[in-house]
Amino acid sequence: MTQTRQAAPMILMEGVEKWYGQFKALTDINLEVNSGEKIVLCGPSGSGKSTLIRCINHLEPIQKGRIVVDGVTLGHDTKSIDAVRRGAGMVFQQFNLFPHMTVLENCTLSPLRTRGLKKDAADALARKFLARVQILDQAEKYPAQLSGGQQQRVAIARALCMEPKVMLFDEPTSALDPEMVKEVLDTMVELARDGMTMIVVTHEMGFARQVADRVIFMASGQIVEEEPPEQFFQAPKHERTRKFLGEILRQH
Amino acid sequence: MGVDQYLFLLNSLKWTLILSAVAFAFGIPCGLGVALMRTSDSTPMRWLATRWIDIFQGTPLLMQLFVVYYGLALLGLKLDEWSSVTVGFTLHASAFLGEIWRGAIEAVPRGQTEAAHALGLHYWSRMKDVVLPQALKISLPATIGFLVQLIKGTSLASIVGFVELTRAGGIIANINYRHLLVYGVVGLMYFCICWPLSLWGARLERKFAAASR
Ligand SMILES: Nc1ncnc2c1ncn2[C@@H]1O[C@H](COP(=O)(O)OP(=O)(O)O)[C@@H](O)[C@H]1O
Ligand SMILES: [Mg+2]
Repeated sequence: MTQTRQAAPMILMEGVEKWYGQFKALTDINLEVNSGEKIVLCGPSGSGKSTLIRCINHLEPIQKGRIVVDGVTLGHDTKSIDAVRRGAGMVFQQFNLFPHMTVLENCTLSPLRTRGLKKDAADALARKFLARVQILDQAEKYPAQLSGGQQQRVAIARALCMEPKVMLFDEPTSALDPEMVKEVLDTMVELARDGMTMIVVTHEMGFARQVADRVIFMASGQIVEEEPPEQFFQAPKHERTRKFLGEILRQH
Repeated sequence: MGVDQYLFLLNSLKWTLILSAVAFAFGIPCGLGVALMRTSDSTPMRWLATRWIDIFQGTPLLMQLFVVYYGLALLGLKLDEWSSVTVGFTLHASAFLGEIWRGAIEAVPRGQTEAAHALGLHYWSRMKDVVLPQALKISLPATIGFLVQLIKGTSLASIVGFVELTRAGGIIANINYRHLLVYGVVGLMYFCICWPLSLWGARLERKFAAASR
């Protein structure tokens, strides 16, 4: 054995099973994500990608197995759920911005309520992250006044305002018009360059090649294949992966 | 009809409006409580709120006023007419507003609550900051609709001896026997209050429908 102490993974999933009533959505999920790693998760619709990342911040409770995020074991108690959620930012396909709040208010809500920041401090924090996603000039507008791409960048800034250790993205560009996909992907690439730990559910294979350390392919609630992008795209091991990649490439 | 009779009607209209306003004002926090219980995760809370709504929606308002008036007296709590009808209408409003707002809370897209969860917000913040502002906007037309029903419903307060607009009309008609004229005037007074409210509600409804298209 070597003496080098292996750093604990940022996210650990062990033997995770998830049921929706009688339907088994996740089967024996084992996943380790180290600090700073970027994972792209892909697979056919209904394969359990959303379910998997939603289990990580307890939007969905699991029935079996173990999830540890930044050293906190996720239980059903408020304390561990709070701790995990504060360390994990999430970006949704449909943005889910709060329509009755300005962009700035969307971003300051969580810092004000969950971290006890004063208004000035929360505003400053929000402006910093809005500047980082290059949308500071829209801070006083309401979400409905922005384009889809702008809204999604606000959603990223809102999540960043929690100063999370991990960012979870659930198909962040799927609801966007094609001409707006790039601005959101660019923002995510930049975030990746700054060293953020990321799990991204996406079918943007260009993004996967560019930033992913590993690409994970899921089917029927299971992890089928897990490879660095070069192997994943050039020499996929499983028949289902090849079939999936064939379909994706044909669409693009 | 003499001037003093018109003045009497106007004075009674004031009581109709005060009763409506007070019942509505107390009904708002109580109805909010019912709506939050009705949408909570706790099964007993939901059960309780559901039964509460069922009882008030499943019985005539008149019965509800009787039960409060005579029932409370039976329990040794003798309220004057004013307090009794206020309590009666407040309870009535709590159930109806509770049901209107339950629907509105459930109409707020799930993604909103999920985003709030993901941001680490707790129940009160999720409700106060995220869900209720959107729900109350959605429910505004129905809420105004209920206020109109409530104003017209206060005419039943006369049954336990509370003198409001309808009761005052009855008193005057018994003196001058000009029922049609008196009740015509009374009806016109209700109409002048309720109609603009209804128009306002309908306008908001059209506005929201256009905005969500
Ligand atoms: N809330 C739910 N209740 C019941 N079944 C669900 C629910 N959410 C997802 N599912 C089912 O779980 C499976 C995986 O869904 P999901 O994780 O959304 O897949 P993906 O994101 O890969 O498209 C699907 O078959 C879906 O129908
Ligand atoms: Mg999905």
